[in-house]
Amino acid sequence: MSQIEKETVLDIRRLRTEFGLTERPLVAVDDVSFQVKAGEILGLVGESGSGKSITLRSILGIVRPRGRVKGEILWKGRDLVPLDEAALRRVRGREIAMIFQEPMSSLNPLLTVGLQISENLAAHTDLDAKARKARAVELLDMVGIPAARDRLGDYPHEFSGGMRQRVMIAIALASNPQLLLADEPTTALDVTIQDQILRLIQALSRDLGMAVILVTHDMGVVAETCDRVAVMYGGRLCETGPTADVIGDARHPYSLGLLRSIPRDVAPRTLLYSIPGAPPSLNALPAGCAFTARCPVAGPECRDVRPNLGTAGKNRQVACHHREQALIHFSAREAAQ
Amino acid sequence: MSIVLQSPSRKASRVNAFIGRAFSRPSFVIGFAILALSIALALFPQLLAPYDPLAFDLSAIQQGPSLAHPFGTDNFGRDVLSRVIWAYRVDMQMAFFATIFALLIGVTVGAFVGYYGGIADTIFGRCVDAIITFPFLVLVIAIVAVLGPGLINMYVAITAVNWVYYARLTRAEIMAQKSNDYAAAGRVLGYSDRRIIFRHLLPNAISPIIVYWMTDMALAILLGSSLGYLGLGAQPPAAEWGVLIAEGRNFLLTAWWMSLMPGIAIVLTGLGFSLVGDALADLLRPKGR
Amino acid sequence: MPSLSYLMARLLQIIPTFLLVMIFIFLFVRLLPGDPAIAMAEAKATDAQLEQIRHNLGLDQPLPIQFLLFVTNTLTGDLGRSIMLKAPVTEIILTRLPTTIFLALYSVLLAICLAGPLAFLAAARVNSALDVTIRSVFQVGLSMPVFYIGLVLLTVLAAQLRWFPVGGYGTSFLDNLHHLMLPALSVALYTSAIILRNLRASLIEVLDADYVQFARAKGLSPHIVMTRHVLRNALVSTVTLLGLSIGNLMSGTLVTETVFAVPGVGRLMLEAIFARDYPLIQGLTLTFAVLVSVVFLLTDIVQSWLDPRLRQS
Repeated sequence: MSQIEKETVLDIRRLRTEFGLTERPLVAVDDVSFQVKAGEILGLVGESGSGKSITLRSILGIVRPRGRVKGEILWKGRDLVPLDEAALRRVRGREIAMIFQEPMSSLNPLLTVGLQISENLAAHTDLDAKARKARAVELLDMVGIPAARDRLGDYPHEFSGGMRQRVMIAIALASNPQLLLADEPTTALDVTIQDQILRLIQALSRDLGMAVILVTHDMGVVAETCDRVAVMYGGRLCETGPTADVIGDARHPYSLGLLRSIPRDVAPRTLLYSIPGAPPSLNALPAGCAFTARCPVAGPECRDVRPNLGTAGKNRQVACHHREQALIHFSAREAAQ
Repeated sequence: MSIVLQSPSRKASRVNAFIGRAFSRPSFVIGFAILALSIALALFPQLLAPYDPLAFDLSAIQQGPSLAHPFGTDNFGRDVLSRVIWAYRVDMQMAFFATIFALLIGVTVGAFVGYYGGIADTIFGRCVDAIITFPFLVLVIAIVAVLGPGLINMYVAITAVNWVYYARLTRAEIMAQKSNDYAAAGRVLGYSDRRIIFRHLLPNAISPIIVYWMTDMALAILLGSSLGYLGLGAQPPAAEWGVLIAEGRNFLLTAWWMSLMPGIAIVLTGLGFSLVGDALADLLRPKGR
Repeated sequence: MPSLSYLMARLLQIIPTFLLVMIFIFLFVRLLPGDPAIAMAEAKATDAQLEQIRHNLGLDQPLPIQFLLFVTNTLTGDLGRSIMLKAPVTEIILTRLPTTIFLALYSVLLAICLAGPLAFLAAARVNSALDVTIRSVFQVGLSMPVFYIGLVLLTVLAAQLRWFPVGGYGTSFLDNLHHLMLPALSVALYTSAIILRNLRASLIEVLDADYVQFARAKGLSPHIVMTRHVLRNALVSTVTLLGLSIGNLMSGTLVTETVFAVPGVGRLMLEAIFARDYPLIQGLTLTFAVLVSVVFLLTDIVQSWLDPRLRQS
């Protein structure tokens, strides 16, 4: 990694996304702030329902019209939140692109892959039909699809799962975006294919200087791919920091639990740790810390007082009232194993 | 999971919970109320109809709706409301008898064909293809034409066509259930095929069939009254909604109520069946889908 | 486009089905109680006359021979002579058929015009007051028999307001549109209720689908997202449904032709039944079966044209 401080391209401040009735809203994303620098891969980690996918969709405004987005989303200094659909469309796909979790259901089954790439080019570039076709071949080539020229006329169901994910990445890359939002791009794939796709994303980010937000529930994926990581729970951020620091020295009880549940250097047949309980539903979040109900070190104030995302060492932030107790609790467990 | 493996008390509490959930839905409550009223009218028309449906009153011929005759009177001075109420008896019967035999035959055939597959299934598939190539009404009236008009012949004709739809549905459900583990478990335990089909597979496959039955009863009323209107179903002077509407056909300008009032009963009853059917479909749908 | 081999395979599939259809019709006339000859003859017919009718119908031959005769005659377009109208059945049907086809197409068109936009409005705001109202109105529509809708329209729009004629058939295309408006609308109201239900459900599903979200994330214009991604996908299941409801549509036209005295094959069927005109009944039943099969075939072709996944046979 280069030592030169890169510029911040995306600066999200106090993002809040809610659904349902205005009087009794379901808050899917609450008070989330983070930055992404040019060329950086940020991992956004959490269980399903933690609000990470909604965060991505809020950035592009595609949660609208059902979802309401508040706060600031500063994309290269310009706030995307107040923009109307027409203005947002010039950002979507052109400057910020997105890929989805299910390559099976995210490509339109009725249209050829060639058309699905070139409609993107038609929307964002001045290329004519012939040039669009050439560019489509180039893109499929770039994401590693063999015999790209012959496959433009094929339909999504004629590709394997991994190939479909490559196609989706090719579509996303069509107009040279500076930020790629990747929503669990590998979850639906086999382990070996997962690895290939992650390496592809990494290589593209490096070669094209493209920033990536990689949403995942898999700490292993983060460790392998991301420069920095942000951990989400119940629609809020618990902890952010450089990947190596967060994984090697987690501070928030939730990140600690999440990391403990990955088998690393343990003796065979030891019981794996699992976080007790289940993630809270959006309509039953406490006023204070969302993790209270499952937290082993929660105190009486946790339920009512929201912990702020406070600085904890270089480039790191943690939102917890009881950092020390958490560390002691989990290191004690580690010793016991 | 198999319902038959549960103890009776748990089953009873589950049934209670189900009824509770059903009655918390306004659409189910409305549908249920309509059907309850319809059944009451069908069972006790003599208590609920204000007049004798067959009594001529030559001093009150073709009178418009009034307090004394809310639905007006017909060309013989008969009270239309009373005739509509007496017709509940015939039409509710139609809903039941035009569907129940089709259901029994169709479910049995469909269950066996779905369970055994093979050549029987192929022949069955071909027959279904051929039967659905005829428009339903065309086939039914063609059969009625040969048997002669009348209620019983109409039941026979409808059943002869209608069982196919139940069989097709049951076959699909049984095929889906057959691949489940508990069916294999039943075979390993050495249960007879018949026991596996009727005690294990069918109870789990029955929900969509019941839901379809509800809508089908509404369809049976539509079909039966259409046949009555065309002169191929219930025969005058029997009070049946389609027949009543046909009787008023020649007086649309002078006595529109004769034809239009009985239709309200058709729409209302049909609505009752489909509201209950839709609510059941919602309630019985497997969760997570 | 679907491949030629797919089309051929689909055409070949029809043959066994149609053979069964022919057997059904054949057995239907011959094995059900009642002697067709007696039914066809005048009440005071002599035994010799009955024998003559049986001979004319080929009823004195063994069953397999009769069936072969029936098949070859049908294939050469000879469906026998109508007793009631004293003319060849094929000729009668061919003069009456265009009216029914016109009526059926007309009502499908009306149904689509009615249900299409409303399904969009309902699906755009699920469970809003508008959605609930639209669904309730069409739920009532589903519970109304076609003949009743027809009579209501007849009473109000034709007899009272005199906007439309009470029945019959026109002389020119525009005249036909005017004459057949009410009969077509009666069938359309019922058909549109079915379409609305299905289209609304599939629109809700498609609007929520990942590929539509992805299309939006690509920054495509709402127009392209709507037509290329939403509509096309929602159409697949609606086309299937429309194709499958051809039987309903034919049943509906039969009733509506009777209510509005439209001289089509539906009304002819009913007349033939009351006259116990067996050759005509047999010919008409076959005609309906052919119509339905053709529509099923067209549905399959349109479907495989819309959905590439169905093209591999």
